[in-house]
Amino acid sequence: MKRNLPLLLVFVFGVLGIIPFIIPHPAVQTTDEFLRNNLLKILAAFALILGLGSLLRVHMDKIRRKGQNWEYSWVLIGTFAITSIIGLFGGVSGTGILPTRIGNFAFDIWTIYFNVEVPLGAAMFALLSFFMASAAYRAFRARSAEATLLLTAAFIVMLGVLPLGNDISPHLPSFAQWIMDVPNVAGQRGILFGVALGMLATALKIILGIERSWLGGGGE
Amino acid sequence: MAFVIMAAFFAIAPPTAVHAFDIPDDGGGAIRIEWRLSEADSQLTRYEIYRSDNGTDYEKIGIMGRGRNLFDDETEDGKQYYYKVVAVFDTLKSFSDPSSPAMSSAQWLNRKKINIIIAVITFGGLILFFIQHARHGKSLFVRRIAGLQAIDDAVGRATEMGKPILYCPGIGYIEDIATIASLSILGEVAKKCGQYDTKLINPHCDPIVYTVAREIVKESYTDVGRPDAFDPDSVYYVTDSQFAYAAAVDGIMLRERPATNFLVGWFRAESLILAETGASTGAIQIAGTDQVSQLPFFVTACDYTLIGEELYAASAYISREPLLLGAIKGEDWGKVIIGAILIAGSLIGLLTVFPILNLFE
Repeated sequence: MKRNLPLLLVFVFGVLGIIPFIIPHPAVQTTDEFLRNNLLKILAAFALILGLGSLLRVHMDKIRRKGQNWEYSWVLIGTFAITSIIGLFGGVSGTGILPTRIGNFAFDIWTIYFNVEVPLGAAMFALLSFFMASAAYRAFRARSAEATLLLTAAFIVMLGVLPLGNDISPHLPSFAQWIMDVPNVAGQRGILFGVALGMLATALKIILGIERSWLGGGGE
Repeated sequence: MAFVIMAAFFAIAPPTAVHAFDIPDDGGGAIRIEWRLSEADSQLTRYEIYRSDNGTDYEKIGIMGRGRNLFDDETEDGKQYYYKVVAVFDTLKSFSDPSSPAMSSAQWLNRKKINIIIAVITFGGLILFFIQHARHGKSLFVRRIAGLQAIDDAVGRATEMGKPILYCPGIGYIEDIATIASLSILGEVAKKCGQYDTKLINPHCDPIVYTVAREIVKESYTDVGRPDAFDPDSVYYVTDSQFAYAAAVDGIMLRERPATNFLVGWFRAESLILAETGASTGAIQIAGTDQVSQLPFFVTACDYTLIGEELYAASAYISREPLLLGAIKGEDWGKVIIGAILIAGSLIGLLTVFPILNLFE
């Protein structure tokens, strides 16, 4: 029963997930929307409680053990507590019972999100340019025939999109575009065919209960 | 008198052949109106569309620019509607004849997706056939996949070095097939960690994926007879913010210095941030994703990369379970069929006038 019930649920909900793709009738679409938007959100809310519990437990444990950089765990727990209180009692944009504005200084959840989380995320994203440079250096070292081919193709494409490329040869930009449109797209499509069939096979295996590793262990 | 003369002089031809019909293959609530353009179309200001539910009282429901001959109207299902289209030039209007009555209704089958349904049934049938084939004990050959072959070595290396293994499933949700495939691999890696008593670190970006992963890891330790070795805090939720998650995983890589990093699942822009940081720590890195745009980053910065379908094959490859291997065989035959259709379609398209592309719309 412990195994069969999840398998039955996966089969039923898997089939229910396929049906709306081919049946446009509102009765089916509304049910699908309910399952995806409402039911999944309720599940996610419960899972979020478990998730946050795990996060706090890990950091409390780190503080107790005085693990490496344990002081930062206090920062996490402190900011978690502050934003939770502001979010729960101050409302999303300062409309709750807790005042979230002192003069012109607002500290409601939206303000915190746009002024703290978004810039921090942008800073991490900006690191990508540096990592890209180091990855490019690694990729373009001509150590093998394939790497040399990659280097040559990249060099042509980069030259092709620059005004300099057109000055060197008027055919260079169109050749660079050909590399992007033909060999590049062909390779991507080859991978995508495999991905699509792999997805179909994995979905079938899960719906039919053949693939059970997601249950943990996978045995009977 | 002058006005009548002017109106007669500027008399504009009305739109003709107004045809209203229920939009096919939809969920109802809409009627499409098509018409033949007025002969004076290039001179017109616009077209106006009028609707009536009794055939006598018409109200304006929309306007379209000149040169346009199609309008979709939101309607109530099961109710008859009549339409007129009006050619407008400045203040002059020329009404078309009314359309025949049309009624919208919801359909039970989207016929535009029949080709997809046929393809899914064909490939699904192939996969099931080979699964059945494998059930009868026929041995199936699966080519060597270096990334999966390296899992044993990677876990062994971590054990010898006394360092942990980091398993990062990406930022996908549980409904992403790549995430599910990643969880399958996580189960196998966790088993090996349990066998060798190697520490596993498994941070998550989605709370639902976290809860599923926690159960999988726990079950895997139990499966290899080491339930005591399972550390509940080894699988934990970090944040659902993409770059905060990347920062957290980078921090783990730099603090804990794992001997092996698994970056397997659904990744976006954070893929290179994670892979480059991992490479800088000297860890063996095994990556895998079905996101074509992220694959070059993994190929560049990681030691082994599972490309696209290899990710889905991983569970079968590691467990060697015949039924799962049968599904891989089915996928391969699917690719053979697609290849054959592509070649045949290209030849037909190049050498004949048959509109082959219409079959795939």
